[in-house]
Amino acid sequence: MASEPAAPTPQHETTLGLSNEKMGMWAMIGSECLFFGALIAAYLIYVNAFGDAPEINPSTIYDIPFTSVSTFILLMSSLGVVLALSGAQQGDDRRMRTWLLATALMGATFLSGQIYEFTVFMEEGMRMSTSPFTTSFYVLTGFHGVHVGVGVLMLLTLWGRSLAGKLERRKSEIVENVGLYWHFVDIVWIIIFTVVYLIPAE
Amino acid sequence: MADTETKEPHASGEEHHHPGVKEYVEIGVILAVLTAIEVGLYYADVPRQVAVPALLALTAAKFVLVVLWFMHLRFDSRWFRRLFWTGVIAASLLFFVTTILLTF
Amino acid sequence: MAATAESDTSRNPFRRPKATTGFWSWLTTTDHKKIGILYFVTAFTFFIIAGLQALLIRVQLAGPDGQALNPDQYNQIFTMHGITMIFLALMPLSAGFFNFVMPLQIGARDVAFPRLNAFSYWVFLFGGIFIYSSIFLGGMPDGGWFNYAPLSSQVGPDPMAGTIVDAHVSRMLFYSIGLQIVGLGSLVSSVNFVVTILNMRAPGMTLMRMPVFTWMTLVTSFLMLFAMPIIGVALWQLMFDVRFGGNFFDPSAGGDPILWQHMFWLFGHPEVYILILPAFGLVSEVLPVFSRKPIFGYAALVFSGIAIGFLGFGVWAHHMFAVGMGPVANAAFALTTMFIAVPTGVKIFNWLGTVWGGKLTFPTPMLFALGLIGMFTIGGLSGVTHAVVPHNYQHTDTYYVVAHFHYVLFGGALFGLFAGMYYFFPKMTGRMLGEKLGKWHFWLILIGFNATFAPMHILGLQGMPRRVDTYPAGYGWEFWNAVETAGSFLIAVAVLIFVINVVISRRSGVVAGDDPWDARTVEWLTTSPPKPHNFDEIPQVTSRDELWNRKYTSDHGKPIRVPAGGSGEAAHEHEAHDIHMPDPSFFPLVAALGITIAGYGVFTGGIAMAAIFGLGLVVGLYGFFGWAFEPPSEDDH
Repeated sequence: MASEPAAPTPQHETTLGLSNEKMGMWAMIGSECLFFGALIAAYLIYVNAFGDAPEINPSTIYDIPFTSVSTFILLMSSLGVVLALSGAQQGDDRRMRTWLLATALMGATFLSGQIYEFTVFMEEGMRMSTSPFTTSFYVLTGFHGVHVGVGVLMLLTLWGRSLAGKLERRKSEIVENVGLYWHFVDIVWIIIFTVVYLIPAE
Repeated sequence: MADTETKEPHASGEEHHHPGVKEYVEIGVILAVLTAIEVGLYYADVPRQVAVPALLALTAAKFVLVVLWFMHLRFDSRWFRRLFWTGVIAASLLFFVTTILLTF
Repeated sequence: MAATAESDTSRNPFRRPKATTGFWSWLTTTDHKKIGILYFVTAFTFFIIAGLQALLIRVQLAGPDGQALNPDQYNQIFTMHGITMIFLALMPLSAGFFNFVMPLQIGARDVAFPRLNAFSYWVFLFGGIFIYSSIFLGGMPDGGWFNYAPLSSQVGPDPMAGTIVDAHVSRMLFYSIGLQIVGLGSLVSSVNFVVTILNMRAPGMTLMRMPVFTWMTLVTSFLMLFAMPIIGVALWQLMFDVRFGGNFFDPSAGGDPILWQHMFWLFGHPEVYILILPAFGLVSEVLPVFSRKPIFGYAALVFSGIAIGFLGFGVWAHHMFAVGMGPVANAAFALTTMFIAVPTGVKIFNWLGTVWGGKLTFPTPMLFALGLIGMFTIGGLSGVTHAVVPHNYQHTDTYYVVAHFHYVLFGGALFGLFAGMYYFFPKMTGRMLGEKLGKWHFWLILIGFNATFAPMHILGLQGMPRRVDTYPAGYGWEFWNAVETAGSFLIAVAVLIFVINVVISRRSGVVAGDDPWDARTVEWLTTSPPKPHNFDEIPQVTSRDELWNRKYTSDHGKPIRVPAGGSGEAAHEHEAHDIHMPDPSFFPLVAALGITIAGYGVFTGGIAMAAIFGLGLVVGLYGFFGWAFEPPSEDDH
C-alpha cells in the first residue's frame, strides 16, 4: 500500500488496462451509430416521398457507376489506414506516412466525387427543398461527407506531424484511434451505398 | 465481488494480437470482391425478392469484416465490443420501430 | 525534460497558463473540482433566471384574464422556463456533481480527459448565452421545449438571398442551434465520464464496490451517450427545415411532422432519466449516512438503475398516445411504461429499507432525501396513470401533466440535488451549510412546492389546458390558480433563503473537517476542500463502505470505532511532490468559442454567412489544433 506509486498522469495505469483515448473513441463511435441511424431512418421513411417532383427519384437521379467507383476508393482507404497502422506498430515511419497520405488522398478523392455528384444533382434540379426525399438524401450524405472531411484533416495532420518529427509519443495508438474513426466513417458508407443507392431503385 | 472484472488477461499489454499486412490485404480484396458482387446484383436481372436480401447480406458481411478485422474488434477488449454493439443494436431497434410506426 | 518543456512553451502563441488562483485560473482550469464549481455557479444562475420566469407565468395565471404578459411574451417565457430548467439548470447541476464528486468517489486524481471536461463546460456556458442572446435578436424561442413541428418548422427564405431571417425563423434557429451547442457539451462529457468510471478507479474499486452515486453517473452517462445524438439529428433536421427549405417536417411537401415527435421523444424520454438518476444517486449516498446503516439491497439498487436505463429507451411513444398511432402501438408502449415503474419502485423500497431500523438523524440533506422519496412517489404514481391510454387521452395537454412532471423533476430531481448540495457543500468549501436556514429552506420549499403543484392535478382533471396564456372566469379554476401563485412565491422565498445561506456559510459557516457527516465512502477521506490532486495517496479499496470500515469494526452488529491510526491509513502524512496534474489550458475555451461563433452564421445569408462560419471555423480549428499539439501537462514527455 505504502509503495503504491503515484501515477504521474492518468494514462499510465488504468483500471481495465485499456487506453483512455481508445475507449473514448469507441464510446464516441457507439454514440455516432445513433446519429447515423437516425439519419438513415429519416431517409428510409422518405425514400418514396417525392413531393411535387416525382421525376426526381432514386432510379432517375443516381449515377451508379460513378458512385460505385467512389465507394470502392473509400473502401480501399480503409485498407490504407490499417497498413499505416501496421507501419506505425513496426516502427516503419516511412511506410506509415506513405499510407497515411494515401488514405487522406483517397478520402479527398471520395469527397471531390461527392461534391461533383451534388453539383450534377443541383443542375438536374434536385435541391434541398425539392422533396422530403431530396432533403433527407442531402442531409444524410452531407453529414457523412463532413465526417470524411474531418477524417482527412486528422490524417493529414498526423502525416504532417510525423514529417516534422513531432509524432513520437504513443504514435501507434494515435494512428489506431484515428483509424478507428476512419473505419467507422467507412462502414457508414458501406450501409449508405446499399440502402441509399442500390436498393431503392426499382 | 470477484476481482476478475477489473483486468482482462489479454488486454493489458501494449500490443495485443493485430493481423499482419498479408491478412489486411486479403480482407481488402474480399471487400472489393463483395462490392463488385453488389454492383453486379444491381445490374443483373435478378428479382427484387432475391436481390434485396442478398444485397443486405453482402452489406452486413462487409460491415462485419471491417469492424472485426480492420477495427480489431475481434481481438480487442470486450468493453470496446460492448460499447460498439450497444450503439449498433440500439440504433437498429429504435429506428426500426420508429420507421414502422411512421410508415404503417 | 525541462528543456523540452520550455521549447514547447515558447512555440505556443499563448504562454501555457500556470495560474492556480484568480480570474485566469478559472478560465483555463482543467481541475475537475473547479470545473464542477463553475457548473454549479452557472447552472444555479440559470436556475434563478428560469425560476423568475416561472414566477412571471404564475403572476399571469394568478387570476382569470391575466394581463401581466401578452400571448407572445407568455409563449417565450414558458418555453424558456422549460428549456432553461432542463438543459441549463438541472442537467448542468447534475454535471456539477458528476464533476466534483464522482472522481473523488472512485479515488481518481481527475477525470480521464481533463481538457475535454473544460470544453464541455465552456460549450454549455456559451450555448446558454447563445440561446439567451435571442432576447436582443428578435425574441426567444416560443414553441415549447418540445417545439413540435410543423409549428416550429415553417420554411425560411432563400438561403442564397443574403437576407436576415424573419423573427419566427430566428427564434427556431436559436432553439435548434442553441440546444445543439449545449447538447454537444453533454455528449462530450458523457464520453468523458464513461471512460473515467470504467477506467480510472482506485485499486480494489470493482464495479460492484462503486458508490451508488457513481453507478448512477455511469448509467446517466450512457443514457446521454446514446440519447444526445438523436436530439442532435432532430435539431439539425429542424435547422435545415427552417433555414434551408428542407422538407423533413413539412406536411404540404410530403414530410411528416410526427417524425419530429418521434425523434424528440426518442431523446426526450431518456432525458427525464438523465435528469432523475443523478438525484437518485445522491439520495442513495445521503440516506445510509444518516441512517447509520449500509445501503439496503445495493445490487438491486444498481441493477434497477441499469434496468431504468435500458427501459428508458423503450417508452418514448407514451408521450404521443394522442397522435393516433393505433391501438397496437399504444398498447405496447402502455405496457413498457408500466414496466418501467417496477425498477423505479424497487429503488423506493431500497431507500425505505435503508431507513428502516436505522439510527436516524435529520440534518437538512436527510430532510431533502426523505422529501424526494415522498414527492417522487406521488409523481411516479401519477406517471403510471399516464400509461393508461384512455386516462391519458383525458389529460393530454392539461395541467395534470404539468403537475406530474413537476413532482418528478422538482419534487424528485431538484430535491435530490438540494440534498446533494447540503451534503457535499462541506467537501466543496470546507464549511458546513447553516442548519437553521437549511431547515427553513426545506420546510418552506416543501410547503410551497405542494401548494404550487398539487392543485394542478385537480385543475388538469377539470380540463385546464397547459401552455395557454390565460383562462376566462367561470370555469371554477380561480381558487386553485390563486393558491398555486401563492405557493410559487413561497418557493421563491425558500430559494432566496438558500442563496443567503450559501453566501453566509461560505464566509462564516462551521469549519467542516474532512469527514463531518461520519460518512461511508472515500471522498470523505481527503481534505475539505480537496487538494488539486485529490488524494496524497490513492486509497486502496477493499469494500463498498470503505471509509466506514476503516473507522469502525463491528461487534455483534454494533459499530465500534477503530482508534485513530489503527487502520494504518490515517497516519500517513505524505508529501505529494511527485504527482503531476494536467496543466491548465486556454484551448478548450477557444474551441468552444469558435463553435459558438459559427452558430451565429445561420442567421445571416450569403457573404455574411460565409464570413461568420469562416471566423468560427478558424477560431475553432485554432482551438482544436492548439489542444491536440499541446501535451496534457508540460512535464509529461
